[in-house]
Amino acid sequence: MYRIGIDVGGTNTDAVIMHGDKVLVGVKSPTTSDVMSGVVNSIKKALDDTQISADQISAVMIGTTHFTNAVVERRNMSETAAVRLCLPAAQCLPPMVDWPDDIREAVGGHYWMAAGGNEFDGREISKIDEDELTKIADEIAAKNIETIAICSVFSPVNDDMEKRAAAIMKKRLPNANFTLSSEIGRLGILERENAAIMNASLRNLSTHTVDAFRRALQSLKLTCPYFITQNDGTLMGSDFVQAYPVLTFASGPTNSMRGASFLTGEQNAIVADVGGTSTDVGALVKGFPRPASTSVDVGGVRTNFRMPDVFSIALGGGTIIEPTDPAKIGPKSVGYRIHEEGKLFGGNTLTSTDIAVGLGIADIGDAGPARELGEEKLKQIKAQIDDMITNAVERMRVSPDPIPVLAVGGGSILIPDQIGDLPVKRPENFAVANAVGAAIGQISGEVDRIYSLSEISRDQALSEARKEATDKAIAAGAKPDSIELLDQEDVPLAYLPGNATRIRLKVVGDLNG
Amino acid sequence: MSADILKKIDLEDMKNIALGGAFLGTGGGGDPYIGRLMAEQAIRANGPVDVVDVDSLADDALVIPVAMMGAPTVMLEKLPRGDEANNALKSLEDYLGKKADAIFCIEAGGLNSTIPIAVAAGVGLPIVDGDGMGRAFPELQMVSMTMHDITACPMVMADEKGNSLVLNTVDNLSTEKFARVITIEMGGAGLIALYPMTGAQAKKAILRGSMSLINSIGRIIHEEQAANRNPVHKLSNDLNGVSLFEGRVMDVDRRTEGGFARGSCTIEGLGSYDGESISLEFQNEFLLAKTADGKPKAITPDLICLLDLETGQPITTEQIRYGFRVIVFGLPCDPQWRTDHGIELAGPRYFGYDLDYQKLEALN
Repeated sequence: MYRIGIDVGGTNTDAVIMHGDKVLVGVKSPTTSDVMSGVVNSIKKALDDTQISADQISAVMIGTTHFTNAVVERRNMSETAAVRLCLPAAQCLPPMVDWPDDIREAVGGHYWMAAGGNEFDGREISKIDEDELTKIADEIAAKNIETIAICSVFSPVNDDMEKRAAAIMKKRLPNANFTLSSEIGRLGILERENAAIMNASLRNLSTHTVDAFRRALQSLKLTCPYFITQNDGTLMGSDFVQAYPVLTFASGPTNSMRGASFLTGEQNAIVADVGGTSTDVGALVKGFPRPASTSVDVGGVRTNFRMPDVFSIALGGGTIIEPTDPAKIGPKSVGYRIHEEGKLFGGNTLTSTDIAVGLGIADIGDAGPARELGEEKLKQIKAQIDDMITNAVERMRVSPDPIPVLAVGGGSILIPDQIGDLPVKRPENFAVANAVGAAIGQISGEVDRIYSLSEISRDQALSEARKEATDKAIAAGAKPDSIELLDQEDVPLAYLPGNATRIRLKVVGDLNG
Repeated sequence: MSADILKKIDLEDMKNIALGGAFLGTGGGGDPYIGRLMAEQAIRANGPVDVVDVDSLADDALVIPVAMMGAPTVMLEKLPRGDEANNALKSLEDYLGKKADAIFCIEAGGLNSTIPIAVAAGVGLPIVDGDGMGRAFPELQMVSMTMHDITACPMVMADEKGNSLVLNTVDNLSTEKFARVITIEMGGAGLIALYPMTGAQAKKAILRGSMSLINSIGRIIHEEQAANRNPVHKLSNDLNGVSLFEGRVMDVDRRTEGGFARGSCTIEGLGSYDGESISLEFQNEFLLAKTADGKPKAITPDLICLLDLETGQPITTEQIRYGFRVIVFGLPCDPQWRTDHGIELAGPRYFGYDLDYQKLEALN
């Protein structure tokens, strides 16, 4: 049986068909404004090229920037009710306090604060009040809002109150969907709550999108299961995407990194994905992207859910070059219009690809216009480009070992063969590494919680966390016997006696079936 | 240190102040972000905060510092109700039978650099241009007031439930010990009002100009970033600081002892420091920088700040990670810290390092 991997990017929709470890075909077609017809075109092309029929496909994995774009463009976000369980604490900074006005307006800016919440050690700040929550639910119903985000203080330590509050409010709001912050974010209430509200506001869009993907696949007679990729390189079934659309944020760079790892067999490496306008540099640890440890800004809002640590620079294949001394490189780019505007294709704009072609590094288009600058000038500009790439790579380096740099993406000819003391590897199919990354997605389970080690030992706490993560992975569709520990970290908490420690742990396994 | 004098804190100043506060956090003290949001809310509601020179206060004026005590990580999760610090202040005023004339910032580094501004805006009092540490330190007796025999007590601790406790202890170290235990019962963090002092006492005891300083530091970093320059050069010139080292973090070793995040990191040189290395010891804050052969480069109470090599953004001891390209920046502490009493309170031996304090300028 065969698998199809899709990556919907800003410019291109890429598709690959894989059989076991082999990439049978990789195709690109322009991303369309409705997304779906681009996906259909790419899959059709891939199936036609390989003469594989739809009934031979066992699964389709899709990576998409759909939901990130909705937030960035403030489109298709639903009015959302934010309910914080905290009183009497946490009144000073209400939900969405640090949001830009336009995005707060896009979700309506509705919030309520109610009794509830826990202390760091699990004690209750106050009990939740059923009458109070019922009254809030009625007020939400009166505003015709059916999307609710609930966030309780210290819910990563104890999520019980968020669950109980949802159950109470559900009685009055039987058709509403509920997002619980403990299922999405980490400690740091504003960032976690922000992520939960954002997630809630995208759930309607998510339902539509999942449905549209299903119909698009059906139109191609693909009746197999399909999955959306999350930003940790693992897969979500359609129910899961409907509940947690934010987990797709930044899945594009993740898929590139995972694909690069798969195509080269390297587990620990730096990956540089050079697109048309920018280069994303990330670090692979044991075949998975290293997660960002600080808060991540999405559309101007601070969030703290799991995201890959990616360093982006404004350098891509279409980056505009002014051959001054020193040359001005970017940040503007002609992007996908390089085929009309790049000098190598008869246009009027000097791009980074012109420089590479002028130096004979790549053989596309016409090298003539770039050569007019003279070899010395071209070399000098290329040295500046190499410097930018080297700095970005050094920044993401994770160990003193000379791990390789994996160069992927359409613009990766810009990457030199050696970066400092690091060798550069260029996989076959480098241009569709992202779609390969989608096709090889696995299933994961994760835990992030504070344990008090005055009652249980560290080993007990770790094994409790691992059991919980494993159960989550199995529930999400992983083969139980394939599950292994991917990452485990325990951070003792500063300023607190009683040996409070925070454990973050993740397991992954192969997809069932 | 030279800095433009800050007369008033308005909304748009808070971004600079929070960044300057993170810088003087010397790796610890918690993220000033929450305090910044609180101050911005209070300023939006009540207008800007006046910043006053300590010499403009009457000798019998009452100056009261307010602060957060406990784990910053807790406060990032359990946000304050909002009026705890005001309640602590009011309880202390009631206990003393006198109204405060000015608010004071006990610690110009980290979260506590911004919280007093929120309080000052909320109660409509001016804030004194100064602080008690000139940086961040982990314990409440580590302030210049202790060197001038000003007692932390009577001290009030308040939580969001409305509890407020008055402490009277025999000395400032005892205040720290008792108060630390109470923060746990309060859920890991509480808001405090302490070190009530007269204008005359404040004139002798405080470290001057701290609010102006953090504002200037934040402004310099933002301006230099906007101009795509590394702020370190301007910071060294303007603040009398020393750029101690440039390099890449090669190792981070963390452990927890007695509720503090202790550890060290090793940085290998880049550029003109190629082939050399330096190590930093930290206990919440960076406390000691020394070369590979053990020669000290900077010692607490002098300030050791770690900055991102590209952006000049301060890096905390919690964020620091393998591969970061950094600048180690040393800043001389206030002369008060360099007295015998100052070294006893916050010198290397108090933190368990077996060496004598030497001035930053003498080491470099």
